[in-house]
Amino acid sequence: VSTTRHPRKLALDPAVVRRARTLARQAGRPIVALARTHTTVSVERAVLRLAGVSGADPDGIALPVWDALLTGGHSDLTELAQKAATGGVEFRIPEGRDAARATRAASRQVGAGIRTIDRRRQERERMIRRIGDAPRTPWIYLIVATGDIYEDIPQAQAAAREGADVIAVIRSTGQSLLDYVPEGATREGYAGAYATQENFRLMRAALDDVSRELGRYVRLTNYASGLCMPEIATLAGLERLDMMLNDSMYGILFRDINPVRTFVDQRFSRQIHARAGIIINTGEDNYLTTADAVDEAHTVTVSQLLNEFFAKEAGLENWQLGLGHAFEINPEVPDSFRLELAHALLARQLFPDAPLKWMPPTKHMTGDVFRGYLLDGFFNLVGALTGQGILLVGMMTEAVVTPFLSDRDLALQNVRYVLDAAGKLHEDFHPAPNGFINRRANQVLGEAVDLLERITAEPGDTALLSAIADGTFGLMKRPADAGKGFDGVVEHAPGYVNPATDILEGGKPR
Amino acid sequence: MTEKTIIRPYGDTTGDGMVQMSFTLPVPHDKVSEGAALQLAAKMGMDPALLVHAKAMGPDYSFFIVYGQVNHLVDLSAVQVVEREFPLLSAKEVNTAIKRRLRRKLVVLGACIGTDAHTVGIDAILNIKGFAGEKGLEYYREIKVVNLGAQVLVPELVAAARAEKADAVLVSQVVTQRDAHLTNTREMSAAFREAYPSARTPLLVVGGPRFDASATADLGVDRIFGRGTTPGEVASYLVHALTSRSDG
Repeated sequence: VSTTRHPRKLALDPAVVRRARTLARQAGRPIVALARTHTTVSVERAVLRLAGVSGADPDGIALPVWDALLTGGHSDLTELAQKAATGGVEFRIPEGRDAARATRAASRQVGAGIRTIDRRRQERERMIRRIGDAPRTPWIYLIVATGDIYEDIPQAQAAAREGADVIAVIRSTGQSLLDYVPEGATREGYAGAYATQENFRLMRAALDDVSRELGRYVRLTNYASGLCMPEIATLAGLERLDMMLNDSMYGILFRDINPVRTFVDQRFSRQIHARAGIIINTGEDNYLTTADAVDEAHTVTVSQLLNEFFAKEAGLENWQLGLGHAFEINPEVPDSFRLELAHALLARQLFPDAPLKWMPPTKHMTGDVFRGYLLDGFFNLVGALTGQGILLVGMMTEAVVTPFLSDRDLALQNVRYVLDAAGKLHEDFHPAPNGFINRRANQVLGEAVDLLERITAEPGDTALLSAIADGTFGLMKRPADAGKGFDGVVEHAPGYVNPATDILEGGKPR
Repeated sequence: MTEKTIIRPYGDTTGDGMVQMSFTLPVPHDKVSEGAALQLAAKMGMDPALLVHAKAMGPDYSFFIVYGQVNHLVDLSAVQVVEREFPLLSAKEVNTAIKRRLRRKLVVLGACIGTDAHTVGIDAILNIKGFAGEKGLEYYREIKVVNLGAQVLVPELVAAARAEKADAVLVSQVVTQRDAHLTNTREMSAAFREAYPSARTPLLVVGGPRFDASATADLGVDRIFGRGTTPGEVASYLVHALTSRSDG
């Protein structure tokens, strides 16, 4: 997205901003330590995918797998995986010289997978140079959600022709709780298509075609979330997806996935995204769909700060941080538009180099499509006024039906009108130093610091886990030893090797 | 004056029958497509129909807005609705009624079942924050709320209902693709019938924007709530249903 730094429009106390970041780091560090000493079944499967395994769902762990491969006379990993699935392979934990041999073999094969991810990244950069990039920011982000990849493709191409810069293929709602990634092209899904390697490949190829036709590279988005987050991130890297939804706490709070599982999976998937040049989109908008967008505005800021910390720690750069926020204040609240402006500007100024992701109203879309169209117009105006990087196109049929073709066309007309008419209005827009917007932004920042103080004051080594267990976020209580996928979390044994993490943290070979 | 039972839509004059409609046809925008749009309007009973807007949407589709007069009459006396069968109570009245009749807290278990991840409905009813200016059931002193959240499996729901000794189970369903909301609801009610002796099942209540409120028997539930239902209505219903149950 744009690498230009956005001018400062709010008078925020730099000491308070520094304090907020220090606290986020304090809250995040013990979680990183936890992630560095644990692995999960999904991380291990992601490593095997990097090494070229497909079509199997083994509970494999790298070393014993390569040990079995080297000593068992299997022709390749996929064959080994197939045999393992039928119970025909005995795994052992190799020691001494066997362990070293297994480590070398694992690193070689996993390294090949990471080199493929590197090539995909170079391919993207080359295509953008040759074909051209999105003409302006915010990038226009549109969703396709038929559940059938072969229906999604023409819809995605049509959306690109109508002006979309980013296409998101909505995922089947059930997938977040599947502890394996389905295989092949899929035509059946509830409210979205399954994330599979083949679906990724098909859609990226279709968008490459339309990118060449339109003379601008059209980006593709999917979801690295749920129980298979690390594997899906890996597949996204291998198939040159460009953006991935990847929030540090979403799965914990909204899918009741075990907190430790989520944080371990998060770190690995973010390391993959960093390497693949993928822009992550975080999910702060979700807080505001369950909690009140005025009272709980500061929870968005807190989550953005935590997401920033975890992202940077995993190697992501500022241009890859599509931190989320949303236009969800009840339009009946007096000054709701000014409040929205204050919140959006606060995010813009706290993260001046990040391409923020601006999410449209959903909670207060009532079915009155005419009123909803106006609300979306105001949403677009905030996006233009506050320099948002990625703008998810709001639909006036939100909460009514899956958007009609005409709904999407009208929604895009709305975006284009606002951007053409007021896209540069931010040049003239300077909130009064002591005015309503400045005061509100400072208030939200202050509340965010207060909340971070409370989180870091929680008992235990990992205060953030205690805070999550207490229901600090979105009123949902999620204890660290409960939730889905907990049985797939394992503490590293002595001598544990993850060849992928070693390469990703070592930074070679690019 | 007797009440009117035959009415027509109102544009700006009583009895003018004016409506507006918009739709897309899968043909390129040209004179033929505009004629096709008017033909559709006529077949839908709009006469005269005025094509006020027509626009190409890509090379293969056209969008139309039509205003016109419909020739249909609506007979109010033939309209059937599910009328509220219980009195609306205030939070205080709900608490008092529970205390007096149950002599313990009323236990409500809530969840989104199946693959549905949209908790907005159940949260609006249960969370303290509430909906439409009314506080959610968590706010009621005499109601114990257990909200299991999204994507709860039916066996988990039944087990939780037993463990909590739930008086009522509230299930919200938003996703309706391939009638998932109906399938899930039937599966849920069947599981409760199987797990509990008859007449001992908790009150089964479903809510969502796409349910037919009169389909309770078909879905095997006690009550269906639709779009716009407030926590106060649900609380009033629970008190009505549970206290009349314990009477009988």
